[in-house]
Amino acid sequence: MALTREQMAQRVARELQDGFYVNLGIGIPTLVANYIPDGIDVMLQSENGLLGMGRYPTEDELDPDMINAGKETVTARPGAAIFSSAESFAMIRGGHVDLTVLGAFEVDQQGNIASWMIPGKLIKGMGGAMDLVAGADNIICTMTHASKHGESKLLEKCELPLTGAGCINRVLTDLAYLEIKDGAFILKERAPGVSVEEIVEKTAGKLIVPDHVPEMTFDAE
Amino acid sequence: MAGFDKRVASYEEAMEGIESGMTVIAGGFGLCGIPENLIAEIKRRGVTDLTVVSNNCGVDGFGLGILLEDRQISKILASYVGENALFEKQMLNDEIEVVLTPQGTLAEKMRAGGAGIPAFYTATGYGTPIGEGKEVREFNGRHCILEEAIVGDFAIVKGWKADRYGNVMYRHTAQNFNPMAATAGKITVVEVEEIVEPGELEPSQIHTPGIYVDRIIQGTFEKRIEKRTVRS
Repeated sequence: MALTREQMAQRVARELQDGFYVNLGIGIPTLVANYIPDGIDVMLQSENGLLGMGRYPTEDELDPDMINAGKETVTARPGAAIFSSAESFAMIRGGHVDLTVLGAFEVDQQGNIASWMIPGKLIKGMGGAMDLVAGADNIICTMTHASKHGESKLLEKCELPLTGAGCINRVLTDLAYLEIKDGAFILKERAPGVSVEEIVEKTAGKLIVPDHVPEMTFDAE
Repeated sequence: MAGFDKRVASYEEAMEGIESGMTVIAGGFGLCGIPENLIAEIKRRGVTDLTVVSNNCGVDGFGLGILLEDRQISKILASYVGENALFEKQMLNDEIEVVLTPQGTLAEKMRAGGAGIPAFYTATGYGTPIGEGKEVREFNGRHCILEEAIVGDFAIVKGWKADRYGNVMYRHTAQNFNPMAATAGKITVVEVEEIVEPGELEPSQIHTPGIYVDRIIQGTFEKRIEKRTVRS
């Protein structure tokens, strides 16, 4: 079975380490905040200028001056800091964020990512994504492995305009967890019940399959 | 106006001198921390052919979105413009030129403009459509593109508190692009929720020192929420 969005978030959350500063993109990455393991403290960075994003506010706490990068009303957790957009991107571009999780339309075996623009469709903008992928050493891309029509999104070469070149080294799809190294995808784990053959079939880029590919496990919830 | 007293008496006076064809840098992220009354004054004045530099372009009927209604904006530099049906229509009809700019690069363009740095190199956008046609240099093994600073004829800024001398503090994440915008205007106008006497603000807590600010005005604000999210 392909992973659900929640399972994808759960799997990404296992990559969190105590003391990490983390930027979570919109969509599945945002859900990662719901699965931070017990005993691990992470500080969430929101690129509009908040380090230490807290929970959504109660009605009483609601404050129009307190939003996250998705423009949702949020709170600041104890120990948070608030700053300007220039300061925020100094953190991002300067490589101070420990882990960045973001979505993508396509990634390729060279670590290129396309996530912001589909020619011929309406282009809304890249927001902070180009800065995030340029600045971070440690990025996990979350995406579906193939389109609804079965076309692979893990390619030899991205077809859509890029968000960043050679910057992605880890990908979690609904079928597999992979690393990108030396011009190839390396299959590290597969979703429960998903065969290596299916992953091979749905990966258009160069894929290295080790002898043993462990199956992900999830606690029953 | 005497000495360092930057107060003006009306919004009309606050935007005195704005003309068609000018570049206006605006603070704000989404609808958070936007100079909503200064934008309304630009609408009232009916100036056109404006180049606007702002992370977003408001929503239909609020924020910078109201300047689209009478086609006052001919060009915009922004990182994300997807919240606005009128904007989409004008973009698709080529009635407005959109220069999509990575968010961090946009912030740095303003910061550099205010700081007297004419251009800077950044890895952001290299190898993407944003880097096309831009000068490339390699630093420490990384390809970087040259991005130019921005200076506005006007900068419009939303603060929380200011003193009469134009020292400004921002509230929570309504800070965002406002401090950089404030430095990058030939004329910088700040609207705030409260103007206090010099000495009432703690000097070390000032976000925007008054040297950057030409005019301040106290206003009342709707502070519309774009995405109201609450927990039960």
